[in-house]
Amino acid sequence: MSSNVAFFIEIRDGLIRNCSYEAVTAARTIAGELGGTPVGIALGNGFSDSLSAFGEYGIPEIITVDRPELTLYAPELYTAAFVHCVKRIAPAVIIMTATAMGKDLAPRAAARLNIELISDSISYKMNNGKIEAIKPIFAGKARITVTSQSSIQFVTMRPKAVSPAKSTAVSCQVLASDFDPASIAVRVRTKEVIKTGSGKADLTEADVIVSGGRGLQEPKNFGILEQLAETINAVVGASRAVVDAGWRPHSDQVGQTGKTVSPNLYIAIGISGAIQHLAGMSSSKCIVAVNKDPEASIFKIADYGIVGDLFAIVPKLNEEFKKLLASS
Amino acid sequence: MKIAVCMKQVPDSETKIVIKEGGKWIDDTGVNYIINPYDEFAIEEALRIQEKAGGEVIAVSLGPDRSINAIRTALAMGVHSGIHIKTSTMYIGLSAAKLLAEALKPLNADLILFGKQAIDDDNMQIGPMVAELLNLPAVTVVSKLTITHTGGTAEREIEGGKEIIEFSLPAVVTAQKGLNEPRYPSLKGMMMAKSKPITSLTPAEIVSGITIIGIEYPPKRQAGKIFTTGADAVPDVVRLLREEAKAV
Repeated sequence: MSSNVAFFIEIRDGLIRNCSYEAVTAARTIAGELGGTPVGIALGNGFSDSLSAFGEYGIPEIITVDRPELTLYAPELYTAAFVHCVKRIAPAVIIMTATAMGKDLAPRAAARLNIELISDSISYKMNNGKIEAIKPIFAGKARITVTSQSSIQFVTMRPKAVSPAKSTAVSCQVLASDFDPASIAVRVRTKEVIKTGSGKADLTEADVIVSGGRGLQEPKNFGILEQLAETINAVVGASRAVVDAGWRPHSDQVGQTGKTVSPNLYIAIGISGAIQHLAGMSSSKCIVAVNKDPEASIFKIADYGIVGDLFAIVPKLNEEFKKLLASS
Repeated sequence: MKIAVCMKQVPDSETKIVIKEGGKWIDDTGVNYIINPYDEFAIEEALRIQEKAGGEVIAVSLGPDRSINAIRTALAMGVHSGIHIKTSTMYIGLSAAKLLAEALKPLNADLILFGKQAIDDDNMQIGPMVAELLNLPAVTVVSKLTITHTGGTAEREIEGGKEIIEFSLPAVVTAQKGLNEPRYPSLKGMMMAKSKPITSLTPAEIVSGITIIGIEYPPKRQAGKIFTTGADAVPDVVRLLREEAKAV
């Protein structure tokens, strides 16, 4: 019985997305525990030449479907291609990152393989060859440890739950699969992708986030957060209140009904810290809060807090960070 | 057009989560159950499409006895009939998808709507799994939807942008927040709901492939260093972020 671990390499615009290095790290670790081989599956168009980087992650083999039909994400083609590659690898475990693509592809692939899917896991441990995965429920108010009894254990990891780590370099063989996308009838297709935002990382994948709430008083005041974000290479997020007020788009919302984020640093400006907001950011590594109200709930979970006028504090933060980064 | 909407009853999002002693789930004593908020967007969208295209909307809910209340609320919103797939326990994952697919199959619906995820298990699986089991195309996490008699266009959010998707019917769509503003059941709607038909199904129980072996609270974060000196504290905080937290 195989102890191989298959992992998904996510490609968009012909480029390998960072989440792939999270998946490969988890896959390699698990394969090590099982005494098996980690094998990548990469789907898309025009990417095959850039896969040798995975050799530095200890990956000896990647199976690809590199075809024009897969230029844009197409659920049916990707599901069929992915399952085809999985069958070729015959793994004991499949690892994928729960990105927008992963969350669409994994359930379909799992159902097609007639196996369960453990989705959005934040950590795991191995117990006698079985993965015990921990996943948040009730917007993170609790966590369950689950196992899958299926013939293949399929787990998707929350973005940024795994830190990418290279390993002893090996030579990575890239094998083109014989899967033919032309054989699949397509009933759903991506007509186009519209890019929004500054081209920065998505909130769910950001290392540093500066988030603003009602304390900013007016939409234009988000400008001071954008300046700070520029200095420290952060992505700007928002509380539900300012999204509902129409100041910021819903895609910027951090919280129970928005995005769940786990950056290294989360700076909350003018945000009171309602439970629903905390649900989205409480797994941030380091939390800084700025609020004029010393009783604001956000201060109960902040690692560092400054009580005071954010309109004086934020520009000062910008100035001090600039000094710090210039001197490093 | 025949539209099916699947809905799950979940604890109210304001619920204080209490872990059941020695158990594998929460203690639901006194919990207020509601229709999963994302499913409300699905119900509302179904009603809007039906109001334009004609036809009927059928509510489908999988769960224990109390799940029938989710169907009753949907009927009060304007849905025409309901199907309650009665189970003795809560199902998650592939087994839940299988039970739903089995009940949905004979309906031959043109469109099946789900919320993108249930706010209890946050799994985000059931819609696309059901689509796969019924061999239907699916578009997930849809924030904008246009449906004609033969197909549709949808917008879905991805990292750094959005995808514009075109698809043919029959299909499965899962709803994201902001797809629409769900209506409140009117008093008239609640009265009319009483005479709308609800079919009860009692499928054979199946064994779930997911085992919950434990449940716990997340680690509690404590308050750290809180400065009350306003902007004067900034140089200290920045220094601490670099030297102590190593966050920058």
